[in-house]
Amino acid sequence: MERAETEYQKPLPVMAGMTKEFYENCARGELCFQRCAGCEKLRHVPTPRCAGCGSWNWVWSPSNGRGKLVTWTVVRRPMHPDFVDDTPYAPAVIELDEGVRMLSWIVDCPPEDLSAGMRVEVVFDEVTSEVTLPKFRRVAS
Amino acid sequence: MGALQGRACIVGIGNTPYRRGTEGPVDLPARIELEACELAIADAGLEPTDIDGILPFYGLSIAEVLAVNLGVEDLKYQATSHVGGAGPGASLANAAMAVDAGLASHVLIPGGWYGFSGRRVRQIVVQDPNSMSGGVNARDFYFPFGLTAPVQWFSFIARWHMNEFGTKPEHLGAVAVAQRKHAQRNPNALMHGKPLTMDDYLDSAMIADPYRLFDCSLEADGAAAFVVTTLERARDLKQKPVKLLGVAQGQPYPADDIVTREDVFQLGQTSAAPRAFEMAGIRPQDVDFAEIYDPFTFQVIQQLEEMGFCERGEGGPFVEGGRIELGGELPVNTHGGLLSEAHILGMNHFIEAARQLRGEAGERQVENAEIGIVTGFGDFGDGAIAVLGR
Repeated sequence: MERAETEYQKPLPVMAGMTKEFYENCARGELCFQRCAGCEKLRHVPTPRCAGCGSWNWVWSPSNGRGKLVTWTVVRRPMHPDFVDDTPYAPAVIELDEGVRMLSWIVDCPPEDLSAGMRVEVVFDEVTSEVTLPKFRRVAS
Repeated sequence: MGALQGRACIVGIGNTPYRRGTEGPVDLPARIELEACELAIADAGLEPTDIDGILPFYGLSIAEVLAVNLGVEDLKYQATSHVGGAGPGASLANAAMAVDAGLASHVLIPGGWYGFSGRRVRQIVVQDPNSMSGGVNARDFYFPFGLTAPVQWFSFIARWHMNEFGTKPEHLGAVAVAQRKHAQRNPNALMHGKPLTMDDYLDSAMIADPYRLFDCSLEADGAAAFVVTTLERARDLKQKPVKLLGVAQGQPYPADDIVTREDVFQLGQTSAAPRAFEMAGIRPQDVDFAEIYDPFTFQVIQQLEEMGFCERGEGGPFVEGGRIELGGELPVNTHGGLLSEAHILGMNHFIEAARQLRGEAGERQVENAEIGIVTGFGDFGDGAIAVLGR
């Protein structure tokens, strides 16, 4: 779904450097994490150097986009005016099957139905012509 | 035993009244910080010009501004630790090293803000998101997903602990209720005269589930300051010194992202506390009271666990049954803490610990208090801890 740039008023990532590459992959429909060229370890959030082996070389490695919900909060009183109309909403920590954890947002699931270990899969929300946010929805386990 | 054990001390303390609502200008934290500085310096029996080191709190008044207002023409040492609420503890370590090494004689540690009448967190997240914990990581990978404030990210850590160990809302409530009880014995506490029952706690509005209103600290206007010098120099000063027995800093890993840690419950305290206890030559059971940085209730439980007062996962039951109340085994936040006294950046925890060890805590005095700890907690879990003794 295409949206006009002016409609979306919420905070956006600053599209530069590795952040830009991360979200550009999402815009192409791929959730990717950095894979170290030295030790093969996946990492998120993006960093230029592998803390494990010291390598500065890495590639973007596609995830299967599936994982489980490990923890979340249910925001009832937002601390940011741009999210007032979204309450209650659930920022959540997802552990992908590849072992990487990321912070995201659960869509299409009432907060009271959320449970630890719930299987989820990525959905791409094209919020502006430039930025697509990877969010997650519940799937049957 | 570490090199700094018993070398430095807190020799003067001061704090303003804590309020929600200040008349007059609130543009410059220096106004209120200077008020506290004057009191701390006078309490020590010093003149402002005796101060030759200033360790400001990150993001508040800089040393130059404080020095020019105090008339300190020969400022020999200044430094700021960028560790949020762990700043005062980190600065105490820094001050102790400075006076012990002879770089400065009397080091001032100030901290205060118009946290209620000035910019509040809900404004800062809109106007100045880059100043929030996590910096670019938060801006690019948290904010777009509606995770914009500490109450939200610390609440999901609390839920993680609930999922893993069965910690209950009543455990969080026990922290809120205990500290509120303490505030009833503290006339400078914002919640003095406003008792809280477990039912009140459970009925309070949900902010970021599992955090309710009464899990949250109190944005407030106020400042506090203290003066550090050597034990030797303290002999000639007005107050009985509060000795620094042990001090340490620590960070979780990675410090700039709260989601991807291999050990999700790790805090700066996990490594800092054992080092501070070792420097002091004590064990957790030797501690008579603990002033624990308490932005939210669960972070008290978590620090108790990580410091080794109980096993990880047992912090919920540990805080029940009055154990952390005055008269209990380990009184925690005897002044009411950030939750019920005021959020004065954890500076107020140092002031309270010094009062306890000087025997000046009045109605809330811990009997025979000999050893107390003060913790700081900043950003995504940076930690500082000081072991203080009389």
